[in-house]
Amino acid sequence: MSAIATEPRQEIAPAPVARRPARRWTRFVLPSYVGAFILYLSFPIFVIILFSFNQTRGGFGTSPRVKTTWIGFTVDWYKRLFELPDLTAALRHSLTIGVLSALAATALGTLLGLALARYRFRGRAGADFVIFLSISAPEIVLGAALASFFVALGISRGLSTLFLAHTMFSIAFVTVTVRARAAGLDPALEAAAMDLGAGPITAFFKVTLPLLFPGILAGFLLAFALSMDDFVISQFTQGPATMFPTWVYGATRVGIPPHVFAFATIIFLTGATVAMVQALTQFRRA
Amino acid sequence: MERHLQPDLPDVAAPERRKKRSKAPFGLAAPALLWLLVLFVVPMIAMLSLSLQTGNSLEGFRQTFRFANFTDALSQNGPFVVRSLRNAAIVTGIALLLAYPVAYWIAFYGGRFKNVFLFLLLLPFFISFVIRTVAWSFILSDNGIVLGTLKNIGLLPESYRVLGTTFAVIAGITYNLLPFTILPLYVSLEQIDHRLVEAARDLYASKTKAFTKVVLPLSMPGVFAAVLLTSIPAIGDYVNASVLGGPGTTMIGNVIQSEFLRDRNYPEAAALAFVLMAIMLVGAVIYARVLGTSRITEA
Repeated sequence: MSAIATEPRQEIAPAPVARRPARRWTRFVLPSYVGAFILYLSFPIFVIILFSFNQTRGGFGTSPRVKTTWIGFTVDWYKRLFELPDLTAALRHSLTIGVLSALAATALGTLLGLALARYRFRGRAGADFVIFLSISAPEIVLGAALASFFVALGISRGLSTLFLAHTMFSIAFVTVTVRARAAGLDPALEAAAMDLGAGPITAFFKVTLPLLFPGILAGFLLAFALSMDDFVISQFTQGPATMFPTWVYGATRVGIPPHVFAFATIIFLTGATVAMVQALTQFRRA
Repeated sequence: MERHLQPDLPDVAAPERRKKRSKAPFGLAAPALLWLLVLFVVPMIAMLSLSLQTGNSLEGFRQTFRFANFTDALSQNGPFVVRSLRNAAIVTGIALLLAYPVAYWIAFYGGRFKNVFLFLLLLPFFISFVIRTVAWSFILSDNGIVLGTLKNIGLLPESYRVLGTTFAVIAGITYNLLPFTILPLYVSLEQIDHRLVEAARDLYASKTKAFTKVVLPLSMPGVFAAVLLTSIPAIGDYVNASVLGGPGTTMIGNVIQSEFLRDRNYPEAAALAFVLMAIMLVGAVIYARVLGTSRITEA
């Protein structure tokens, strides 16, 4: 296209040719930078995976702590994965709250996302605003507000307050995801189903829901990932119960047991695999 | 994203159901909105109320509408607020400079592999950011894999440290927030019509000119969103300051966290959290005004 456009101006054609040698090496600058940048972002992951196979020395009677230098290869920490009851309990809390809050947030957020994508209704702008605020409010403010709320009501903090809080901050993300999917759906499909004799409920379950499903699944996975990763809001709402990230944070004072790196490696590989499979199936469907 | 309201086709197709339909959106929206009302809006009000109370954790707190809590909290913690704002400004600046070329290259030259690159950029999200921060404290430790090696070769003096310094805290926050800087930049750069750049080149703009006059202005909404998404979490962060920093790097988030969870001085912590949110809201609104965009919710 540009060749056609520049054709009448033959007289200036030599200029780009003269510039070409200069471009030779500079065109590698940006791609190499991107490569270096990606390596930098994933550098801690390599370190975590590598040091989950590192031996530790010493530790008289106390549980082992990760060493900052390489001592020797071992798969011990994967064999002794469930050795620390507190860590295992924290991980179980994280998984339980992750699944339950993601399920609740998916159910609530899907309905709200549908309502926002399909209808104009009174309070719609207000709903939009609350969703925007809950996504953009700093985590520490959300955490402090929830903790104030539980303190004011005299509710003791624990797994139930964690569930309430995690569901709360996940709703907006599910809503946004499902709404984007629902906005892309042709409402005529549902109308067609109903013209062909389906009732509104049948049409919803046979046509709308299957079409929305990729959005709902993406919303669920996002909510689960957010919950598993959350630290700040958990710290403010957990009380005596600990979650995986808050347990690790607490352990930084005395030293991290190598089991943490082994768990982190397993979680990373699982999460990355699920995301890849999800992306590939989406890709194939599209 | 401007909300495109779709004509309610099912209504047109089946007018006899219109009455029933008009209540449907409330039924769909109510459960989630109720949840957000009780666990987001009400807690904000509870926090505001708590910030005006007096008392202590043993005898309980009473509502006395003591507005001096705010001035007290600010006068005692001024330096921490200032440090947080300064750190956040530095982090946002560095993150933008680091992230823009990456977002630009992927958007313009990523070709078929755009999504692969995005996936690689998001890989860190599969490990909790606390653990990634711990990993950095590990990497940067005094005799760890980086500093230890450099010291053994003799490139660094034995007493050199990174942990505990402001540099470590800023580097840590920047690392944690970079994906949030890149994504909005990428989204806005990706939407730019390449033919506009070609047109600028055809009209004899140099490569630099085409970039500064076409690409950069068109990517400003992305820069705007990136600044908000980076600076807001950066101001409130306390994990990096506590894991990578030292006694001299305390940020306002650390104060709120320890006042709330350790000292149980709820009113002061609530007042500080409120001040923090007010600073961010006012900052975001002014910023939106200055940039001439009132569409702050678009970010």
